[in-house]
Amino acid sequence: MATLASDLSPVVAVRARRRTPRALLVVSCLVALLLLLPLAFLLLEARQVGWSQLSSLLFRQLTMTLLGNLVQLAVVVTALAATIGTGAAWCVERTDLPFRRTLAMLLVLPLAIPDFVVAFGWVSVLPAVSGYGGAVLVMTSGLYPLVYLPVSASLRGADPSQEETARTLGLGPWQAFWRVTLRQVRPTILAGCLLVSLALLAEYGAFEILGYQTFTTEIFTEFQVGFNTPAACALSLVVVLIGLLILAGEGSLRDRGRVARAAHNSRRSISRRRLGRWRWPAVGAIGGVIASALGMPLGVIAYWLVRGGSSTLPQSATVASAVAHTVLYGAAAAAIATVLAVPVALLAARSSLPGVRLLERSTYVVQGLPGLVIALALVFFALHYLPGVYQTSGLLIGAYSILFFPLAYVAVRASALQAPLALEEVARSLGNRPLMVRWRVTLPLIAPGLAAAFCLVFLSAVTELTATLILVPTGVQTLATQFWAFTGNVSYGAAAPYAAAMVAISVLPGILLGRWFDRRPTGTGEHS
Amino acid sequence: MNAVSIADLHKAFGDAAVLRGLNLEIAPGSLTAILGPSGSGKTTLLRVIAGLERADRGRVSLAGEVVDDGRRFVRPERRRVGYVPQEASLFPHLTVAQNVGFGISRALRRGDRVAGLVAMVGLAGLERRYPHQLSGGQQQRVALARALAIEPQLLLLDEPFSALDPSLRASVREEVRGILAETGITTALVTHDQEEALSVADQVAVLRDGQVAQLGTPRQLYSDPVDLAMARFLGDANLVPGTVEGELVRTPLGLLPVGRPGPVARPSSGRVVVMLRPEQIAISSASAAGAPGRVLHSEFHGHDSVVEVASATSLLQGVIRVRVQGPANVEPEMLVSLSASGEARVWPIPAE
Repeated sequence: MATLASDLSPVVAVRARRRTPRALLVVSCLVALLLLLPLAFLLLEARQVGWSQLSSLLFRQLTMTLLGNLVQLAVVVTALAATIGTGAAWCVERTDLPFRRTLAMLLVLPLAIPDFVVAFGWVSVLPAVSGYGGAVLVMTSGLYPLVYLPVSASLRGADPSQEETARTLGLGPWQAFWRVTLRQVRPTILAGCLLVSLALLAEYGAFEILGYQTFTTEIFTEFQVGFNTPAACALSLVVVLIGLLILAGEGSLRDRGRVARAAHNSRRSISRRRLGRWRWPAVGAIGGVIASALGMPLGVIAYWLVRGGSSTLPQSATVASAVAHTVLYGAAAAAIATVLAVPVALLAARSSLPGVRLLERSTYVVQGLPGLVIALALVFFALHYLPGVYQTSGLLIGAYSILFFPLAYVAVRASALQAPLALEEVARSLGNRPLMVRWRVTLPLIAPGLAAAFCLVFLSAVTELTATLILVPTGVQTLATQFWAFTGNVSYGAAAPYAAAMVAISVLPGILLGRWFDRRPTGTGEHS
Repeated sequence: MNAVSIADLHKAFGDAAVLRGLNLEIAPGSLTAILGPSGSGKTTLLRVIAGLERADRGRVSLAGEVVDDGRRFVRPERRRVGYVPQEASLFPHLTVAQNVGFGISRALRRGDRVAGLVAMVGLAGLERRYPHQLSGGQQQRVALARALAIEPQLLLLDEPFSALDPSLRASVREEVRGILAETGITTALVTHDQEEALSVADQVAVLRDGQVAQLGTPRQLYSDPVDLAMARFLGDANLVPGTVEGELVRTPLGLLPVGRPGPVARPSSGRVVVMLRPEQIAISSASAAGAPGRVLHSEFHGHDSVVEVASATSLLQGVIRVRVQGPANVEPEMLVSLSASGEARVWPIPAE
């Protein structure tokens, strides 16, 4: 009678696996291929140069020196950025720090100020700031927000009850902080540190101003001054290798970086730690960071604007024309990068095919490629195969679109989750054709993400220097290149208006962006 | 002509077959509950009817029109099938009124259709709210109004009440049933809650192994399950051994008439398994005739009580469940006697 006791025959639980939309898949593959073009071009160039020449260019003292310079800078700047970013995030999110709302906003703003402008801010009034020490000061000031932003978002989203539970289990406040809170956000901090390393690897302008020699300054010199394409190519390969290594580290953290989130209905305000007599020292320390990263460059720009100054350099572009070109290139690239990100993001959000993960990962590869390398790869290709496009605005906009695709992708990907397939299905059963559904449902739902993506790319393109210097069309100056021409000539007064315009254009999107990052941790639960 | 007619429907995802030759007829204007454990293919069936999945094999017709037979496929937007998914899935960027008016033409949206529907689901005055400002029950009602707005020929509800608070569920269910009765729209409702299926539907289709194992009114399903597994799936069932003697079956709890022949043939003689519902069994003092038992415990539900009695006669873990009106006058460890009344359902003894 054993069969009597058995229940209804067992059923296999099968979740309806969604069919992967073929059109989306094809378009996404094309986007991924487009993004991998620079890498392909670089390898093509390397093949032309030949291995024997490459190896003789690679295995020499110079490479070791550059690597040493990079490592000793990366170790110190990363450690400082992690400490400042995490400390500031904790103070703002978890303590009764005075003025914390204002400070929170000011702490993000340095993202809108390019590092070469920060460097200009220090060097133009204090020429002693240079070399290794100057690089540490400037890069830490410019890059700590890359740790601060994700860590503060993570602290806000993390479940405060874990820390409270730790306290009830007998841990003191500092022990609870070390053993629970810090552990919660540790993957986020590490991921932020890797972003800082990537930024250090890619930075050119600030190091040039500070006179600190790294791979990028050397590649730039070889290419632009020495016309030594093989050497530039060889060093680019090293940079790409380092970039991809860092990226691989970041990728492996990304999967572990999820912090247990408080359930949305159980969200409650965190009881803030009282700083007591440390209140004002904390405000002072954070104020100091803001002063160095934000106050110094802005103040110095204002100072040079007021003082004015003539330049022996002929002014090849008025501020107005430079603004026009900068905005045009930036907006075009922002639009293209955002549009390219949509199919991949929708596909990744909706398909469970393993191939799609791989496709998504392949688009991350761009993050490991500095703008300088992407620009050079495009130049190599154009010179050999399509001389007509070299030094056209199309090539520059294309380079921006590829370079900043990852930024657009992050924003669009987050918003793609707001437009689940179920809503599109309902819309169809209500009598709407697929295109109509995209227009009436999908687009409005991902619109905030598209706007954020546009702002992110636009902001970055406006302040981009390295790729712009290489690819800007003949006879055209953007804000960055004209600023660069004047600072290179020590005509600080003449350079200041261009820096001011750059900051003005990028600050508004910067603030919008800060808002968007602010709402992200809670955003997904808003509509349920 | 039936509102829905499905013949030999097959659907697999990769290697996993979900629907395997399913047949189902739904009469116009009726409310059919599709009942089955999770993973039995209920949602897949609904999605195939709505046109959100394509059938691998078989034929689906709506009001006589073939909408999917492997070659011909009518797209979801042309089927006029109202679909209310499990989580209401309101458009978060639209207000209540805009959600309800989503599927109808601009001209109709300006009329009073939307206001009428919003009032019908009891949400008048909330037209300008956004979905996140509504409770779960309100969201569900907006989703219903949105589906009704297109005047569908068929309405599909996918576990519409499962996301609701249990205390709210019964009242929303009654309201929805009232609205559906008012509109007279043919409705198919998917659920894994048998109480919901039995209380709300005109007919119930029980899904098992990707097929309809039994289709009938709630009463038929309860009193005349096709097999032992179905008997145990729907409601409480006691199983005891018995011997068929012509029209009667002899059981330890008394001699009972065998139920009238149902959809499947009944054994007419020999040893059988007998199903008795808890309300068919009476408890009396140990001295009375019947099967002896020992009270394990009783649960008081207000309108009735369920008493569990240990009895050697039971084929299910030696426990017989008895339902009595009001409070039960028994104490644990009390020795009692069990007797049965009414018709008994019998099946052959399953092979080992």
